[in-house]
Amino acid sequence: MSTATAPTTLAEAVSSPAAPAAAGRVARLLRVRPLVAVLAAFAVAALWEAYKLLGPEQGWSLGETRLLPRTTAMAMPHTWDVAARLLEPVSGATGAEALWVAVLRAGASSAGIALTGWAIGVAVGAVLAVTMQRLRVVESAVLPLVVLSQTVPLIALAPLVRSWGSRLELGAVTWQPWMSVAVIASYLAFFPVAVGMLRGLQSPDTIHVELMRAYGAGWWTTLVALRLPAAVPHLLPALRLAAANAVVGTVVAEVATGLPGGLGRMILEFANFAASDPPKPWAPILGAVALGLLAAGLVALLGRALHRYRRTEVAS
Amino acid sequence: MSTVQEHPTPAAHPRGATAVEIVGAGRVFGGRSAPVVALEDVDLTVAAGEFVSLIGPSGCGKSTLLRLVADLDQPTSGTVRVFGGSARDARLARDYGIAFQQAGLLPWRTVRANVELPLALAGTGRASRRERADELLAMVGLTEFAEHHPDQLSGGMQQRVAIARALADSPSLLLMDEPFGALDEMTREHLQAQLLRICAETRAAVVFVTHSIPEAVFLSDRVVVMSPRPGRIRQVVDVTLDRSGAATPGSGPHDDAGDDLRTDAAFVAAVAAVRTALHGGGTGPRGVDLR
Ligand SMILES: Nc1ncnc2c1ncn2[C@@H]1O[C@H](COP(=O)(O)OP(=O)(O)OP(=O)(O)O)[C@@H](O)[C@H]1O
Ligand SMILES: [Mg+2]
Repeated sequence: MSTATAPTTLAEAVSSPAAPAAAGRVARLLRVRPLVAVLAAFAVAALWEAYKLLGPEQGWSLGETRLLPRTTAMAMPHTWDVAARLLEPVSGATGAEALWVAVLRAGASSAGIALTGWAIGVAVGAVLAVTMQRLRVVESAVLPLVVLSQTVPLIALAPLVRSWGSRLELGAVTWQPWMSVAVIASYLAFFPVAVGMLRGLQSPDTIHVELMRAYGAGWWTTLVALRLPAAVPHLLPALRLAAANAVVGTVVAEVATGLPGGLGRMILEFANFAASDPPKPWAPILGAVALGLLAAGLVALLGRALHRYRRTEVAS
Repeated sequence: MSTVQEHPTPAAHPRGATAVEIVGAGRVFGGRSAPVVALEDVDLTVAAGEFVSLIGPSGCGKSTLLRLVADLDQPTSGTVRVFGGSARDARLARDYGIAFQQAGLLPWRTVRANVELPLALAGTGRASRRERADELLAMVGLTEFAEHHPDQLSGGMQQRVAIARALADSPSLLLMDEPFGALDEMTREHLQAQLLRICAETRAAVVFVTHSIPEAVFLSDRVVVMSPRPGRIRQVVDVTLDRSGAATPGSGPHDDAGDDLRTDAAFVAAVAAVRTALHGGGTGPRGVDLR
């Protein structure tokens, strides 16, 4: 035995100077998620600047269709110009707040709506998934509708939701315009949850289902003790998708319904400055990107809390 | 040593002295075009407190028969009654504990929480649940692994957790499908002795599937020898051994009482009888361990 192992250790000793140690250190650093995110942001900025430097001034078109964007300062301002612009006041008016503060305020408003939409979407998606798991009939009837629902264009939906909402009588509560936006966001958010959670609820092995059956566990007990824990690995990516969808849905619905205060309206307003102040329209877009990253980060934290449900059994 | 065994008078179960009563049971899988007859005309009665082993070539329907008793599958003909009622009632009343051919542990639960599962489902309090789980984990030699998760355990260790889980609720009927298949000889013998002890203590009836003739003979009051497809009961071998020594826990895995028994003349004779029964009918003893 010892003679058999000796050559391998010798070979390892010869071929392993400092290189593996350094590689290990890089690998360890790359496991620090936030650091990777910052590096990725810099990579995107570098790509932007590289294209701006090397790409054709007037872009590149095939007939009428422009396939590559223009690289002029108006179309693609320098990343550092955008960063500098964030620190300057929003407008020339006296006492105007800094651009980044305005973006932050609009972002907070959108974030609140997106979170509400996400929560509603997750709740609706979860209820749908559980009902579909419980009743085969519901699954075959509702699942196609769920898929179909996502083909309705958001822009068409927004005015409808707004007019329905304004006609709603909710007792003491009057329908607020932001609620329409939250509903539209939830419309995008429920889909991945319904589909992902259904798959998760259906994922337990026969042996586990039979184990619960053997111990006389009813549907509810099986759901709580087996199906929900087993659904977690499928649910987490669904929740992350739902978060991203909620952010996109919120911003687009803000644009479509013209709700003031959020990032969507800001994007609309600042678009007018594309010629006079090119970096300015990019500020709310950056805000929307940051909001999306924040949402994904929050779901990742949730995933960390649920990590014990992500274990898998090795085949025995 | 080879005296005629006195069956201990089984403790009266609230619903009758027979644990399992199978009459004319058959199970046919598949459609009308290509039916697979897994079981045909099986009659078997297991008294309360009795230990019955099922042995037979691979694919002869042992697991299927066990699943009928567990009400995880229904016979296509005949009846299965458990403790005087339907198999379904017994299942809903949590009358039996079961260990499948695979361990089937829940990956997100710790080893201890897996053992506690039947107790949790029965609504047992936290403290007594924990106490019972620790006791069983000590028995299967996994005390140090109580806080581990199943993916951190070897296949044999997972199997031992599954055995502990089956015993957790002190069921009056134990259904075990090759529970010791993945274990080494020492652990296997230790657990065999422990199982005999537990059955003597709790007066539990056991239906035990195995591929090992010595194991079947060592453990059982009766060994049911099955024939390959269609699965039928070919012969029932009565085993009469004095297990008074083997059932008491010895000093270690190799307790002398068990070793004595395994060299006993009655033991050897019963092994020979089961082996002859398995060979009978001309078909080879496929998948059967003939040690
Ligand atoms: N769900 C099923 N559908 C169709 N056929 C089945 C099913 N379950 C079992 N069978 C068939 O029934 C027969 C008996 O299977 P069973 O699992 O009971 O065998 P076994 O005696 O437990 O074998 P082993 O010792 O290998 O575990 C086999 O021929 C198998 O193909
Ligand atoms: Mg089997």
